[in-house]
Amino acid sequence: MAKFETPLLDELEKGPWPSFVSDIKRQAKKKPVLEDLLGQVELSYKDKETHWKHGGIVGVFGYGGGVIGRYSDMPEKFPGVAHFHTMRVNQPSGLYYSTKYLEQILDIWERRGSGLTNMHGSTGDIVLLGTTTPQLEEVFWELTHNLNTDLGGSGSNLRTPSCCLGMSRCEWACFDTQAACHHMTNRYQDELHRPAFPYKFKFKFSGCPNDCVAAIARSDMAYIGTWRDDIRIDQAAVQGYVKGELKPNAGAHAGRDWGKFDIVKEVINLCPTKCMSWDGKELKINNKECVRCMHCINVMPRALRPGLDKGCSILFGAKAPILDGQRLATLVVPFIKMEPPYEEVHALIEKVFDWWMEHGKNRERLGELIQRLSLKEFLKAIEVKAIPQMVKEPRSNPYIFWEEKDVPGGWTRDLAAFRKKHPL
Amino acid sequence: MPYDPKNPMKDRITDIGPRHYEEFMPPVIKKNFGKWLYHEILEPGVLMHKAESGDEVYTVRVGAARLMSIELIRDAMKIADKHCEGYIRWTTRNNIEFMVDNKSKLEPLKADLKANPMFPIGGTGACVTNIVHTQGWIHCHTPAIDASGIVKSVMDDLFKHFQSMDLPAQVRIALACCLNMCGAVHCSDIAMLGFHRKPPFVQHEVISNICEIPLAVAACPTGAIKPATVEGKKSVSVNAARCMFCGNCYTMCPAMPLMDAEADCVVIMVGGKISNRISAPKFSKVVIPALPSNPPRWPEVVAAVRNILETYAKDANKYERLGEWVERIGWEKFFEKCNLPFDVKTIDDYTLAYNTLRTTTQFKFS
Repeated sequence: MAKFETPLLDELEKGPWPSFVSDIKRQAKKKPVLEDLLGQVELSYKDKETHWKHGGIVGVFGYGGGVIGRYSDMPEKFPGVAHFHTMRVNQPSGLYYSTKYLEQILDIWERRGSGLTNMHGSTGDIVLLGTTTPQLEEVFWELTHNLNTDLGGSGSNLRTPSCCLGMSRCEWACFDTQAACHHMTNRYQDELHRPAFPYKFKFKFSGCPNDCVAAIARSDMAYIGTWRDDIRIDQAAVQGYVKGELKPNAGAHAGRDWGKFDIVKEVINLCPTKCMSWDGKELKINNKECVRCMHCINVMPRALRPGLDKGCSILFGAKAPILDGQRLATLVVPFIKMEPPYEEVHALIEKVFDWWMEHGKNRERLGELIQRLSLKEFLKAIEVKAIPQMVKEPRSNPYIFWEEKDVPGGWTRDLAAFRKKHPL
Repeated sequence: MPYDPKNPMKDRITDIGPRHYEEFMPPVIKKNFGKWLYHEILEPGVLMHKAESGDEVYTVRVGAARLMSIELIRDAMKIADKHCEGYIRWTTRNNIEFMVDNKSKLEPLKADLKANPMFPIGGTGACVTNIVHTQGWIHCHTPAIDASGIVKSVMDDLFKHFQSMDLPAQVRIALACCLNMCGAVHCSDIAMLGFHRKPPFVQHEVISNICEIPLAVAACPTGAIKPATVEGKKSVSVNAARCMFCGNCYTMCPAMPLMDAEADCVVIMVGGKISNRISAPKFSKVVIPALPSNPPRWPEVVAAVRNILETYAKDANKYERLGEWVERIGWEKFFEKCNLPFDVKTIDDYTLAYNTLRTTTQFKFS
C-alpha cells in the first residue's frame, strides 16, 4: 500500500515511453524514502510549483563542488526527503561501464542513498539523487577508497569535462576524445573541485563537426575534431551508392520512400561550398574549398572518410541565454594536433583561465567577458594572432579602439604648433 | 578501514578523477579502437560498425527516462551480463546501448530487450530520439515547470517516430524547466522551456539576513532591482516593468521567489541545431511565447510539438533539419504552415535584437 495517493502521477504510468513513475514506485518498495518523494512530486503536480527549497551549502571536506544541497519545503509531511542532496560522480569518458563497476556504485547508493539516479546529468556526470548530510562523507569515502572514483564539479569551478564516444566506436573521430577528456579532467582536478572561478567553466570534446556532445553550444572551451588534408574517396563505393547497392546515410532514412538515391541532388548540390562534382563516373572534391561540414561523409560513409592529418578546432565562449543572451562558441584555433602530452593546449587553457579570473565579474561566463572586453583583448591575453577564420565578416563600423603604438607619431602632440597653423 | 566521522581527514583520498575508460570497453571495442571503417543502421535502434580488422560490433540502442532507479539499471545490467560480456554504455542523450560482437548474438539480445517495455529499441537515424532534459519538480528549486512528466507525455505521443526513421532528418527535442537551461535547449530542433511570468516577491523582513543585497542588485541584467529601505529594514525594490523574469535574482537570493502556478508557462522554441552539417549551428527561436503548464499530461504542449513536427515532416526535403527548412521557406511561411498566430512577443527586444529584424524588401505574402 502506497504511503500517498498519487492520482496525477499515476497518469504518467500510461503510454509506451518508459515511465519514471512506475520505475520509482517499484524502487519505493525497497527504498521507502521514495514514497515521500512521490508524495511531494504529486503535491507539485497539484500545486504546479516545486517544493524544493533554495540551495543549502553542503559538501565533503576540502571540496567546493560535487554535492548539491537540496531540502524539502515540507519536511514534516515528507520526512524521507527532508534532506535530499545530489552527488555528482565523475563519469568515465565515453560512458562505457562494466556491470561489475556499475554494480559497486549502485550498491553504495542502495545502502547510503535513495536508490534514484540520473544516467546521466546534463553535463555528463553520474548523478546520485537524494541522500542525507551524514551520508555525504561516507559515500565519498567509499567512492574514493573502494572504487577509485571521484566526484564531479558544481558551482563556480571547472565542470566535469565530457566527450563523445570518439575513436572507441566511431569512424569519424579526428582525435581521441576520451583520452583528451580523461587527461584534462585529471590535470585540472584542483580547478574542478575547488571553486576559484567567476562562474562555471565547461570543456567538451567532440570528435568531428557533427558535434555529438554539443560542444559548440554548451562549452566555454569546445574541442571539435577536424582534418586539414583531403577527404579519402573510395570511387567503387561511390558507384555502390549511385547504383543503389549501398544505403545512403548508413540507412538513417530507411523509414520513408525518398525515391532512388540521387548523388547530384543529395550530395553535390547540398555541399555548402559547392566544391564537389560528379560526371557519372568519378566523384571529385576540390578539398581546398571544403569546409568539412560532414554532409557528404554522413551520406556516403563507405565511400568517403575524413583525411589523415587530423586534429581539432578550438572554439570559446558558448553558453545558454542566462544572463546576457545565448552564445555559440567562437572559432579561435582553427587547427591543433590534439595528442599527448597536450603541452600546447595546456598553455592555452591556462592563459584563458588567468585572463578570465583576472577580469571576469561574479557569474560572468567566458563568452560574456569576451563580449564585454572584445575578442581583440581575449586574443591579446592568450597570445593568438587574429586571422580571418575567426569572423563571419569584418566589422561594419570603423570605431576601432586604436592604440597609441599603432598610430604614426603617437598621441602626444604640440598644441601650440597646431594652433599656429590653425588659429582658434 | 571505513570512514571515521571523528577523524575525517585521516587517510583521505582526493583529486583522483574518474576511472580510466579503457577498463570498461567491451573487448571488440578495445581491440578495434580507432580502426573503424564505417557503420550501418540495420533497422531502427540497431547499428553495425565495421572495423578494418573485419570485426563487427552490433549495437542495440534503447530509450530510457534519464531518471532511473538502481533496480532498473540492474535490469539493464542483467541483460548486459547475459548477452554483452558484462558491458553497457549510455549515449549523450540518455539512451542505453548494448553491444555484441557477432550478428548471431543480436536476435537473442533484442528478444530479451523487447520482453521489457522499459527498454524500447529505437533512437537512430532520421527519428525523434530521446529528449534531453532537466530535473523539474523531482529535484530542482528554480523550475517553472516539471521536466520528466512533460518529456514522458511528449515521447508517448511521438513514440512511433522514436521507433521509425521516417523524418527528413534527425529531430532533437530538448526541455529545460527554467532558463538556466541545463541542457542544449537553446540549440534544439524543438525546445520546451519553462518560464516564469511574475516578478519576484521581496521578503523584506528577512532579505537582509539571508541574502547579500548588493549581489541581488547586481544579479539583475536589466537593472530592475535597486537597494531600498522598507520599514526601516535594508531591502530592495523591483521595477516590475523592467523584469524579464530570468530568475537570476532568486538564484542569488532565496528571499526573492518568482514561481507562481498561475503564471508559470511553457515556451516553445524551434529551429536550432548543434551539428555543422550543411549549415552552421543555429539557435532555437521562440515561436509560441506561452502555453499553459497543465499536469499531469500537458496536452497543449504535446499538441504544439506534434503539430510543428508533423508540418515539418510533411514539407521538408530529405536531410533538411527543422531550422534549415524554416530558413528555406521563410519564417512567415513557417507560421502560416503551422497555423500559428504570430505574436509581437516573439520579436526580440533583448541585447542582440537588431540582428533578427528584416532589413530587406524581400519577403513572402501570407
